[in-house]
Amino acid sequence: MTAPANVTFRIRRYDPASQRPPAWEDITIPYADGMTVLDGLRTIKETRLPSLSWRSSCRMGVCGSCGMFINGHPRLACNTQVTELGTDLVTVAPLPNFAIIRDLVPDLRPLFDKHAALMPHIIRDDVQEMYEPTGEYFQAPHDLEQFLQFSYCIKCGCCGAACPTVATDSEYSGPMALAQSHRYNADSRDGGFSARKQVLATEKGPWKCHYAGECSQACPKGVDPARAIQLMKRQLVFDYLRLYKQPCPSTVVPKPTEIKRRADVPEAPAATV
Amino acid sequence: MRDQRLWTWHVLAGLVILLFLGLHMTIMHLDVLIGIFNPADPHPIAWTNVLARAKMGFFTVSYVVLLGAALFHGLYGFRNILFELGIGRGLKTAVNAVLLLGGLGLFVFGAWSAWAAGALARTL
Repeated sequence: MTAPANVTFRIRRYDPASQRPPAWEDITIPYADGMTVLDGLRTIKETRLPSLSWRSSCRMGVCGSCGMFINGHPRLACNTQVTELGTDLVTVAPLPNFAIIRDLVPDLRPLFDKHAALMPHIIRDDVQEMYEPTGEYFQAPHDLEQFLQFSYCIKCGCCGAACPTVATDSEYSGPMALAQSHRYNADSRDGGFSARKQVLATEKGPWKCHYAGECSQACPKGVDPARAIQLMKRQLVFDYLRLYKQPCPSTVVPKPTEIKRRADVPEAPAATV
Repeated sequence: MRDQRLWTWHVLAGLVILLFLGLHMTIMHLDVLIGIFNPADPHPIAWTNVLARAKMGFFTVSYVVLLGAALFHGLYGFRNILFELGIGRGLKTAVNAVLLLGGLGLFVFGAWSAWAAGALARTL
């Protein structure tokens, strides 16, 4: 699409103090080269609507703060060019499936509570080694590939906003929490499958996923939560049938003690800071 | 743990249905060629063939197994649909009880029908 001269932002406004239901407000601003939706919102806040509220931080698709419902799809506002939407009307609403705090700010606490309940961290028996490491946990490249793509998740909530099951079932853990749980279950350094199973094997687990696949479509980082959920279902079914054996967490590799620099490799330059 | 158990049985019931539906399709559409389950006549739903199958204990057992698998698979799926409507704890318990009792009732009635049909066929 060629760049338009002006762009109209149709923004969902909500102020809990006003006691009024959410309403749309149209603001037209001039288009600037390379304008993202977040740039447009900043321009509107600076020039037209100083009370407009949203969350954002890094402006480069890393922090996951600016997830919004843009032209009918959950996206990151900082990562969405106005021209890629193919229209000069940009509708911006808070992420669906979450309560609204104000304007474009969704209440993500349920998302993070469900995430925390599934213990998204390495769990091992050797607690002493974890806190005072004597070496590194061994992990081969093919072990890393089992979970690498799931570790790109930035917890923006776009997958949960797109999920039809999250929309109707408040107990369902949702694609983000489940994918992150699988990320650690699939990590060869982890031994926490049995602990996570206490939550996963209940009705909060992956059973209600209908494999609509919308979470994977919506993810701005290319993570495939739907795949993680199906892999998790398979793992839990095999576990029930006693066909799944949790592999032993990887061993500690001692720190190398006798490393010598090769003669043909120059020394690193001195630190500048 | 309960949902893990129910889901696993849901998958296993699906496999049983797949197996017996495959058998059904074979009997109805392929047995003209292989002639195992339709001994009396080339047409699978001819009375003599239906009677011959009803006399076989294998078919009585397969009807009961398929009935059990189909009931569990279908009612568990229906239960999930109802639960996703966001109903409360008390209503969930009621749904579980109604589906369990209804499913058991249908299973007993269906199993008795399969057994009675076999017994009747053997007298003809």
